Amino acid sequence: MVHLGTNILFAGNNFVRLLEGLWTTVWIAICALIIGLILGTGLGILRTSKNRPVRILLRLYLEFFRIVPSVVLLFLFYYILPRQLNLNLPAEQMAVLAFALWVAAEFSDIVRGALISVPQHQKESGLALGLNGWQLFRYVLLPQALVLELPATINLATRVVKTTSLLMLISVMDVINIGQQIIEANRQTYPNGIFWIYGIIFLFYFIVDYPLSLWARRLAAKQH
Amino acid sequence: MPEQILKIDKLNKYYGQHQVLYDISFEIQKGEVVALLGPSGSGKSTLIRCLNGLEQFQSGFLFFGGKQITPQEKNWPQLRQKIGMVFQSYDLFPNLSVLDNILLGPLKVQKRQRAEATAEALKLLQRVGLEKYAEVYPRQLSGGQKQRVAIVRALALHPELMLFDEVTASLDPEMVRGILEIIRELSERDNMTMIIVTHEMNFAAQIADRILFLEEGRILEQTPGKEFFQHAKTQRAREFLESMTF
Amino acid sequence: MDLSIMQQAIPQFVKAFELTLWLSFVGILGALLVGVCCSLLQYFKVPFLGKVASVYVELFRNTPLLIQLFFLYYAFPVIGIKLPAQVCGIIGLAFLGGSYMAEGFTGGFNGVSQSQLDAGKAIGLNKFQLARYVVFPQGFTLSVPALAANVIFLIKETSIFSVIAIPELTNTALDLVGLYYRSNEYLFMLVLAYAIILIPLSIILTILERKVRYGSFGN
Ligand SMILES: Nc1ncnc2c1ncn2[C@@H]1O[C@H](COP(=O)(O)OP(=O)(O)OP(=O)(O)O)[C@@H](O)[C@H]1O
Ligand SMILES: [Mg+2]
Repeated sequence: MVHLGTNILFAGNNFVRLLEGLWTTVWIAICALIIGLILGTGLGILRTSKNRPVRILLRLYLEFFRIVPSVVLLFLFYYILPRQLNLNLPAEQMAVLAFALWVAAEFSDIVRGALISVPQHQKESGLALGLNGWQLFRYVLLPQALVLELPATINLATRVVKTTSLLMLISVMDVINIGQQIIEANRQTYPNGIFWIYGIIFLFYFIVDYPLSLWARRLAAKQH
Repeated sequence: MPEQILKIDKLNKYYGQHQVLYDISFEIQKGEVVALLGPSGSGKSTLIRCLNGLEQFQSGFLFFGGKQITPQEKNWPQLRQKIGMVFQSYDLFPNLSVLDNILLGPLKVQKRQRAEATAEALKLLQRVGLEKYAEVYPRQLSGGQKQRVAIVRALALHPELMLFDEVTASLDPEMVRGILEIIRELSERDNMTMIIVTHEMNFAAQIADRILFLEEGRILEQTPGKEFFQHAKTQRAREFLESMTF
Repeated sequence: MDLSIMQQAIPQFVKAFELTLWLSFVGILGALLVGVCCSLLQYFKVPFLGKVASVYVELFRNTPLLIQLFFLYYAFPVIGIKLPAQVCGIIGLAFLGGSYMAEGFTGGFNGVSQSQLDAGKAIGLNKFQLARYVVFPQGFTLSVPALAANVIFLIKETSIFSVIAIPELTNTALDLVGLYYRSNEYLFMLVLAYAIILIPLSIILTILERKVRYGSFGN
């Protein structure tokens, strides 16, 4: 019996399983982003501090993540955490940790960029109003910096989502891994299934990422 | 019988829903110098930009050299050779040397011979005192020098009409005079037809044959130059003039 | 860490290093070509093809290279298109990169100021002359930082080639780890190899950015 290729998507509970895989993927991205953004904000503020060694250390931290490809990053965590630090985390948590530290590095640079780009006179007029350092930061610098760097941050989010495609390499049950299981299980019934499964996963990623990058572009256009 | 260069009839211009020019009508004869005055936001730049197609207008008629030009004219690139324009921000092309800035139009648009166009460009540069700067890039020039090059760039196309939009507004005060001298000489020596938007009232008083006074997108009055500054017809224009002097 | 183990692995790493460089080079060249073509189609709003270019750019910019490679390498043979892994890698990199490069060029073209366009129109340049003499030279300069960032990004993306068994750096290192169970040494060498490529390159690109910008704008 000849099957229509697309049927593989809906045979059994395949589609639901794919969606579950997608959810794992998205959930890991969200966790990594939340942790990374919080940590990155702290690091970004520290990078504008007057303490030179702190600044250099954080710069090196950033450059490390700039040099190491994300595949390599995942494997560094995969091998080194358990073997050297005796830290045996489930693969999902390890991935969140690795991505969060990467996001923190990138975001620290975004935060720093925003903070130093707020015009000096804004700071001065804030101080002239009698604000103290923290108030100045909280009410003048931070709101402006957030608006300024929102597009870059959203773009960072789209990169994190795309990078989650690597999760399968450290055996997380993400959408691609589940897709491959479905392909394997149906190799006899649907020889062309591979086409449709990868096709739908391609589409899934697009559906998650495209609205985000569209949003980032709109915001960036408005700022000019 | 004076030769009419430009005529505008009931021109209306909108930005979206917002109307910025209302029923603008005037004409300008060969050799005439018209100064366009009016408060900020009155639509001077918009009007002058409509005259060489940088802005589209929604209704009305524009005649150049007796020929009607529709608002959606396809031939603007051709027509613009005859209408030179100089901007407040100079806008020399930073990627080209002074000479190449000047030659771009004559060589690429008018397809003239390089040798002849270069000779003329150098002569024009000499006229504005910049013959030594032909090979220099715009970034190496002062504001006043840039603006002189921009004027030469427009003149190199042999325009029949020159439009100046606040060409001295970004300049240091000591640079302003030189530019105004060049414009005055264009009128006196070459009998160039010009429309000038300016905030230099003394200059306008000296050079303009006629003043168009614009407010909120309407021409409130058209008055011969001397007369406008001595006794403008409208109360609003008199207030404007007063506000321009201490 | 055991130095002798690292020493023994040097020849394999050198080979992988060369392959990574070669694949990056060809892929990035392809990406630039695809990117220029697409951004030109978009800039001149070429009927139909301009739209195709936009759809392509959005599709590839917003999906991971990994799944693009899986498609090329594992799914295409099903419909009768069977390509060697390295060819898939280069095509994948060229088309992923092409979408990023197109975006970079377009960003540069759009960055040319309205007043420059006005000045060009005012001397009678038509649409093509305006593009040729004003928009492209200035826009290209403006796009250099984005293009440079893309180059770095694409070189790092070659690490994903490891999933279709191309013996580039990451694949080689992971193989060695699997064979000899010495993760520290090989992963260290791997990171070092990327550092050797990327640190000098990003310094060169930064200098280049500055040069190009000074060349056209003087600041
Ligand atoms: N691109 C645009 N989009 C929408 N509105 C515009 C645009 N350009 C100008 N306007 C509006 O059109 C009106 C006329 O502006 P215009 O620049 O012509 O004035 P102006 O007389 O040249 O003023 P100024 O002396 O300040 O240069 C203003 O209300 C302005 O806000
Ligand atoms: Mg104006």
